[in-house]
Amino acid sequence: MRHAVAPTESVGNNSFAVTNILKICSHCERLSKKDLGVRIPRPLGNGPSRFIPEKEILQVSKVDGRTQSIFEDAFAALGRLDNISLVMSFHPQYLGSFLRTQHYLLQMDGPLPLHYRHYIGIMAAARHQCSYLVNLHVNDFLQVGGDPKWLNGLDKAPQKLQQLGELNKILAHRPWLLTKEHIKHLLKAEVHSWSLAELIHAVVLLTHYHSLASFAFGCGITPEIHCDGGHTFRPPSLSQYCVCDIANGNGHTINHDDLGNHDLDGEVEVLMERMKQLQECDEEATQEEMATRFEREKTESMLVVTAEDEECVPSRDISRHFEDPSYGYKDFSRGGDQVPTFRVQDYSWEDHGYSLVNRLYPDVGQMLDEKFQLAYNLTYNTMATHKDVDTSMLRRAIWNYIHCMFGIRYDDYDYGEINQLLDRSFKIYIKTMVCSPEKTTKRMYESFWRQFQHSEKVHVNLLLMEARMQAELLYALRAITRYMT
Amino acid sequence: MQCFLTERSTMEKMSRVTTALSSNSSSSGINGVTMFCHLDAPANAISVCRDATQVVVAGRNIFKIYSLEEEQFVEKLNLRVGRKPSLNFSCADVMWHQMEENLLATAATNGAVVTWNLSKPSRNKQDQLFTEHKRTVNKVCFHPTEVYMLLSGSQDGFMKCFDLRKKESVSTFSGQSESVRDVQFSMKDYFTFAASFENGNVQLWDIRRPDRYERMFTAHTGPVFCCDWHPDDRGWLATGGRDKMVKVWDMTTNRAKEIYCVQTIASVARVKWRPEKKFHLATCSMMVDHNIYVWDIRRPFIPFATFEEHKDVTTGIVWRHLREPDILLSGSKDSTLYQHMFKDATRPVDRANPEGLSFGLFGDLAFAAKESLISGDSSRKPYGGGDRRNPIFFFKKPDLTEQFAHVSSALSVFETDLESNRMDWFVKTAQLYLLSGKPFADLCDHNAKVAQDLKRPQVSTTWTMLRIMFSDPANLTMSGCSSFSMKDLAAERALERSKCENRLDNIHLDPTNSHITNVNEENEETEGSEGQAEYMFGDAELDDDDLYSMEHDNTTVEQEEYTLPSEGFQLRHVIVDHPSAPEHLQQDRADSPHVSGNEAEVTCLTPIESFSLISICQPLYSPQLTASFFCPIVTEMLTFYAEQGDVQMAVSVLIVLGERIRKEIDELTQEHWYMSYIDLLQRFELWNVSNEVIKLSTCSAITSLNQTSTTLHINCSNCKRPMNNRGWICDRCHQCASVCAVCHHVVKGLFVWCQGCSHGGHLEHIMNWLKGSAHCPAGCGHLCDCLVVRESPVFRPDLDRPILTWLGLELPRPDQFLARTGTTACPS
Repeated sequence: MRHAVAPTESVGNNSFAVTNILKICSHCERLSKKDLGVRIPRPLGNGPSRFIPEKEILQVSKVDGRTQSIFEDAFAALGRLDNISLVMSFHPQYLGSFLRTQHYLLQMDGPLPLHYRHYIGIMAAARHQCSYLVNLHVNDFLQVGGDPKWLNGLDKAPQKLQQLGELNKILAHRPWLLTKEHIKHLLKAEVHSWSLAELIHAVVLLTHYHSLASFAFGCGITPEIHCDGGHTFRPPSLSQYCVCDIANGNGHTINHDDLGNHDLDGEVEVLMERMKQLQECDEEATQEEMATRFEREKTESMLVVTAEDEECVPSRDISRHFEDPSYGYKDFSRGGDQVPTFRVQDYSWEDHGYSLVNRLYPDVGQMLDEKFQLAYNLTYNTMATHKDVDTSMLRRAIWNYIHCMFGIRYDDYDYGEINQLLDRSFKIYIKTMVCSPEKTTKRMYESFWRQFQHSEKVHVNLLLMEARMQAELLYALRAITRYMT
Repeated sequence: MQCFLTERSTMEKMSRVTTALSSNSSSSGINGVTMFCHLDAPANAISVCRDATQVVVAGRNIFKIYSLEEEQFVEKLNLRVGRKPSLNFSCADVMWHQMEENLLATAATNGAVVTWNLSKPSRNKQDQLFTEHKRTVNKVCFHPTEVYMLLSGSQDGFMKCFDLRKKESVSTFSGQSESVRDVQFSMKDYFTFAASFENGNVQLWDIRRPDRYERMFTAHTGPVFCCDWHPDDRGWLATGGRDKMVKVWDMTTNRAKEIYCVQTIASVARVKWRPEKKFHLATCSMMVDHNIYVWDIRRPFIPFATFEEHKDVTTGIVWRHLREPDILLSGSKDSTLYQHMFKDATRPVDRANPEGLSFGLFGDLAFAAKESLISGDSSRKPYGGGDRRNPIFFFKKPDLTEQFAHVSSALSVFETDLESNRMDWFVKTAQLYLLSGKPFADLCDHNAKVAQDLKRPQVSTTWTMLRIMFSDPANLTMSGCSSFSMKDLAAERALERSKCENRLDNIHLDPTNSHITNVNEENEETEGSEGQAEYMFGDAELDDDDLYSMEHDNTTVEQEEYTLPSEGFQLRHVIVDHPSAPEHLQQDRADSPHVSGNEAEVTCLTPIESFSLISICQPLYSPQLTASFFCPIVTEMLTFYAEQGDVQMAVSVLIVLGERIRKEIDELTQEHWYMSYIDLLQRFELWNVSNEVIKLSTCSAITSLNQTSTTLHINCSNCKRPMNNRGWICDRCHQCASVCAVCHHVVKGLFVWCQGCSHGGHLEHIMNWLKGSAHCPAGCGHLCDCLVVRESPVFRPDLDRPILTWLGLELPRPDQFLARTGTTACPS
């Protein structure tokens, strides 16, 4: 994986982190307050992510031309450069594809009206109580002329959108329960029925925002300055600094002590050693063994305890966008509802899902396909400090582990590999992020893969996000296909 | 296991006799009927043995051999043995050896390649197991002549060649990319095989050289799901991909050349050349579409034959015998196995309509039809039976079923003479009408005047009527002129009426006479005229019950009027008479010419010239009649205009009346009218008007038209490349693209440019420039003006399409000229 981290010592005169631009010294603030009577908000968080130190994230004035133009495009399209993009800019190649897809889904030709799209985004993000995305899209929703009344709750929205609530709920938490009856219900409603094209658009949006919520939590994205919780009007405390300080050359560096990392020396090496072993060993597992390995991994993934089980009640503000807040991720093998394993060889994205999406919502299939492939194949052939490592095995393990959590099985994969490559703390992180992202904590983020760089952890997050999106999409599209035949 | 025969059994038997007689042509000598059987599980692939007597079906949960009997499938063998079959039985593909009849190979989803030997005495026929592939194996292929050579292609990007006498592969070919989707040995070249990949490439390999492919080319965008060598022509390879295309490549040349391309409606999962027919191939699709198509690659737009039996996607197709072009076997996800007979296939071309008809904007008519029909017409031969596709001349052809119905069409264009210029009124009206921005009455007056000037009195009158009906009464009496016109109108109406009534004794309401004043050619519809004629007696349209209740309403209303300051018309007398009129109407409509009734009518209506006549109508105009009273009649009027083809009138009135009428008319109808009108306007390139209409419409579906496709693609004026970046700075040459070609300043605000050469500038500057010169002001030599000259539009035939568009300016109609250049002499 690449080192997108800027060398810290070179924080020079004209390279300061993004949020600092918004910080103004008390002198300037006093002036402006006195003269203009303006209250100037100041950002609360430090940088776009709570988990990643601000200085690690790329510095806006120092990006290469390519990222620069991606940023410009994003800014031109949305009028902002959100924190998600900033964090993703560790991987500009992916970011480009991601933004293109998102832009297309939200703003280009499509079957759904603009305000519907944002509202669906809100619904999806609210399912995971992701206030960051909800706030972002509430703004957008109002901007494209959405009715503010809808924001008071799903029951205030049109009947048509209310019907989508059920699909949203199932997709977010238990997509394997989706049947063609659900689809039929939406398409064949006497009034306010959906068309197939609209439904595909909605499904893509829902899955996009479910997984994006995972990413937002997984990377600890901080609220945008213009959103609730992103700013304060309180005067700055003494420890903070101002733009003019930096302009004077007094670069601000917070020395993060990296002490904690040293006692875990060799974690990476162990992992690499295992990968090597797996590649070499030709130990042939019997068929039965392979089958049980999948089942075991599936069952085990259910038992991975998801974080502190404190009941976090969603704030009213967010929960009004969806119904039935108690409906969460239920471990299907434990809960007794045995779901037949989804065989990816029988319904795959490349062969089936793509064709269906592209048929009903032209070009989107192509874009999603590109995005999936980019995420899956992205590699810089590095692992922590090691170079020239083939990480494909590790990436495949992560990808398949997530699909396994959703009951999706690859016939040609030995699920024993997962156990070898993914340690417990990593599994906890994945599980939490995918199934109940709102419970992700900084501690979890820090406790897995301690020696890896932040860019690599973001990379993992991208994998998780895309794998989750594909899993949800597969279930939804399969249901639609079954409805159609 | 049940086996069924499809219906039409008697038919089949009869025809089977005939095929048996005529089957000398097919060298296989195999007969059969269309038949199917249920499988226990969805099939993934099928294959037949060499002598075409048995077929193997493989899938995730099925692996069976069926024998092909005369009229049914009979299960011969279940190869899926064991209580809990392993994944090795989960087959993605299967192939029966074409030399060795006991040998089969399957590709398993878990990456195993398995061979099966049917001659084994044990129940488990599994022979060899190769687990060298790391990922799912998508395809296995036996060498057509070599007994022990097997090739496999897998998701892991490798192809492996196995010698069945050895325990492991003899050579491995790396495609250097992921996912091999299909591998096929060449039928003719002993050493060659083709492999298709998920990334759209096709590679050609020599089996002796595992280090490097012989040749590679990109065949499709997206995965190439399948490929098939032509059984006879060694150079031809057909490929099918997710991009819904089937392409035929000529491999004999240095670079693979695409020689045929068929566009299907869904991603292509399998492609198989039809035996004995050089240009035919069969395809089935991966998703959505369940049919099997047989294409004649020379006729790529319509399938030669279609088999529509399957209820879910077809996953495997195979021709039953190498020398038998008429029998196709297929397996499907719907768990059925079919044998299709070619004679039972659907022929889409039979259902296709080879005739086409289209109206030009100016009443020109283009008509394409089979040549036979046209010639028949010209010689005035009567065509009997009405069956236009009666394929008499086809019967002369020796083999009807194998002939792609040969249709050559003749295109005739009928022109209307240009002088009559029939649509001028439409353009003028569209441009001159006012639809908003003034008080209602003014709009009506204005539009009435426009119509009058264009010599369309009926329309004009309608506008006036509308104004009278929906305006405030105060306004009416204020202006002397308006009351005057009202009087005229009333008189005219009354005149019409009296005439009609007088004639009623003898004939029906004569439409042409009901509007004496109308010279417009449009008043031919009886219903419409009736609606107009009975305008004043709007309630006459109602049923009896309604009628009477309406009268009551009227009288009460009118009594109230006493209390109001009246206009000084002497109404009262007539009001008393009023109730009688509808009664008469009722009788008249019932076509019972009672003399007494008519007399009463006449007495009531005779004083045409007198002032009191206006007063007949006056109650209807009185302020006490709410506007909604007129709505039914106006609705009818609008429908009438729309039906007549004057959708312009309907929409204009709809917009001008706005809320007054909107609720009365079905939303869908409105939308339909709007759409037709907008379409017409756009065909006349009246962009501004069409935009105005879209903006003013109240249908959500229409207003949203302006919100879609709002992207405008532009080229940089410096380097002529498309501008990808938003904004005005070109990516490539880093110049500002919006510089005025005349004054060389950056244009802010309105920017006008030529789509032909990408140059442009300030609207005024460009307009001025073009007055003096025809060429582009930037000096690029492009003729930008030809479409801006208003007075004498000269269309340049050297431009094959109207690429020049000066935004915001009305254009002449290049398509019109285009249409003409073919048939008449070009104007320049």
